[in-house]
Amino acid sequence: MGTRLIGVVFDGIAYGSLLFLIGVGLSVTMGILRFVNLAHGAFAMLGGYACVILMRRAGVPFLLSLPLVFLLTGAVGALLERTLYRRLYGAGELEQVLFSIGLTLMSVAAATYLWGPSEQPVELPAFLRGQVHPFGLDLGSYRLFLLALVVAATALLHALVARTRFGAQIRAAVDNRAAAAGLGIDVHRIFNLTFALGTGLAGLGGALGVDLLGLDPTFPQKYLVYFLLAVTVGGAGSIKGTAVAALLLGVCDIAGKYFVPQAASFVVYALMVALLALFPAGLYGRRA
Amino acid sequence: MVAEAKAGAPLEERGPPPAIPLLARDDWRLSELAFWLAPVACGLLLKGYLVLASRIFVTGLFAVSLDLILGYAGILSLGHAAFFGLGAYTAGLLALHGFGEPLAGLLAAGGVAAAAGFLVSFLVVRGNDLSRLMVTLGVGLLFHEAANKASSLTHGADGLSDFHVQRLFGLFEFDLYGRTAFWYSLAVLFLCFAGARLVASPFGLSLRGIRERPGRMAALGTPVHRRLVAVFTLAAGLAGIAGALLAETTQFVGLDVLGFSRSADLIIMVVLGGVGRLYGALVGAALFMVAQDRLADLNPVYWQFWIGLILVTTVLFARGGVLGGLARVQRALARRPPP
Repeated sequence: MGTRLIGVVFDGIAYGSLLFLIGVGLSVTMGILRFVNLAHGAFAMLGGYACVILMRRAGVPFLLSLPLVFLLTGAVGALLERTLYRRLYGAGELEQVLFSIGLTLMSVAAATYLWGPSEQPVELPAFLRGQVHPFGLDLGSYRLFLLALVVAATALLHALVARTRFGAQIRAAVDNRAAAAGLGIDVHRIFNLTFALGTGLAGLGGALGVDLLGLDPTFPQKYLVYFLLAVTVGGAGSIKGTAVAALLLGVCDIAGKYFVPQAASFVVYALMVALLALFPAGLYGRRA
Repeated sequence: MVAEAKAGAPLEERGPPPAIPLLARDDWRLSELAFWLAPVACGLLLKGYLVLASRIFVTGLFAVSLDLILGYAGILSLGHAAFFGLGAYTAGLLALHGFGEPLAGLLAAGGVAAAAGFLVSFLVVRGNDLSRLMVTLGVGLLFHEAANKASSLTHGADGLSDFHVQRLFGLFEFDLYGRTAFWYSLAVLFLCFAGARLVASPFGLSLRGIRERPGRMAALGTPVHRRLVAVFTLAAGLAGIAGALLAETTQFVGLDVLGFSRSADLIIMVVLGGVGRLYGALVGAALFMVAQDRLADLNPVYWQFWIGLILVTTVLFARGGVLGGLARVQRALARRPPP
């Protein structure tokens, strides 16, 4: 029972860290750029398909495909930000929601048209398959790898925002856009890069998630709720909040599915409504 | 005093406030009568489309209920189907257990949905815009999941069928051609719309005030929370009636009445027609349903693509939807000096 419990918690943490990796970009878009981007899942899906196709068609090894996917989805995100998203920064929430629902619907249809409605398999390299057994536990190698990668990515992200010039510019642009622009910071460029970073991370998460979450054209709709949950429960704009909420969500979801399979999603949805009722601005959110 | 006037000035310069002429007065206009004569004519002339038409009326009522909270109070709900589905299941279950009187079913469904809406509204009203979005989404998913799991009551994914709805007024059987269903749903839609329209005029004005400046409305002495709770309850009740109408006219309740896509489609309809105009909701519902019916031969996936494209272009280039566009044309014509 003890080892099984640890196994469930471990799976939950791996799942939660994946949700975090995808959700952190959404947290940035919603909390910092103030854009309710319901199409975020579509960027994760794009990453998943890019990874699968790079590996299958071009024969790129899995590990090499990950940075390529990050760059590709980031570039697509930057392009869309420049052409479409930017027009709606000042617009109301309704416009943003509708716009991004429209984008999601189009991405679902396009993915079905291009790659068919069926689920895409991914061939992991041999050293990531199977399990390892430290201290008599059964831990999936791929989940360990995932966890390590997400921890590394989070550390890099934190260093980027807290330590670098670019991070300081982001924080300045968010705190007071006009003053930042007055100081010569190119706010448009900063927002563009921030958006691209968020979508790139989503794409990376999507590529890493093919094995865990599955990949088919309904992906953006199926998992959107989970990403949104991580962001709103954590408090939009807070990296720490998103991480805590994503891990909480991952563990609760896996534990719910394992111990009370008849009420699995019910647990998560009820938890979400209760948490939002108690903390309308999220766990670590700033009160508007 | 001077500062007050100055602070107010830019607001005035924005041009006329988004006036909604159809609602600003209490008397019915000629154009409105013409609007309502169209479906009557359709019922008398186009006998082949009665079933589609009654589905449009049901959806139209549902869309009007969303427009009350979205267009007036500015609450964007991603889970409005929860109340629609609750109403549908209430009417369906009553009929299944032998209480198939249609009007009583309608009222019961409206009451149950309004009660649920009243309870949920306290969660919704509390938060900021984003958490409202998420709470309504979560409530919608919760209802869907509950109906899915409680299959002993709701028959899960199979849906409720085999229930019998009694004759309307003990006279009119719900026939296969949808004649009774057509007139019944048109009458219910009209009555509910008239009710919503009456309520919307002074009450709606205060809601619009709350949407624009909640702080200022509170300072003016408007009980902001109570107003929002009231409109949310009303909208939930109307959605419940719409759901019951669907259950009674089709004699079937499936799990999809609670689905997320129903809530999302609904928002699309209201926006296509024009938000905050009540008639916009009806126009949007009619356009959406007719287009869906015409394009049913297409693969549903590609239908989604076009809907997505229409949404994106509406948001970027044609805010206000169909009625908003018409109003702009009307204003442009009025401004032009007479020849």
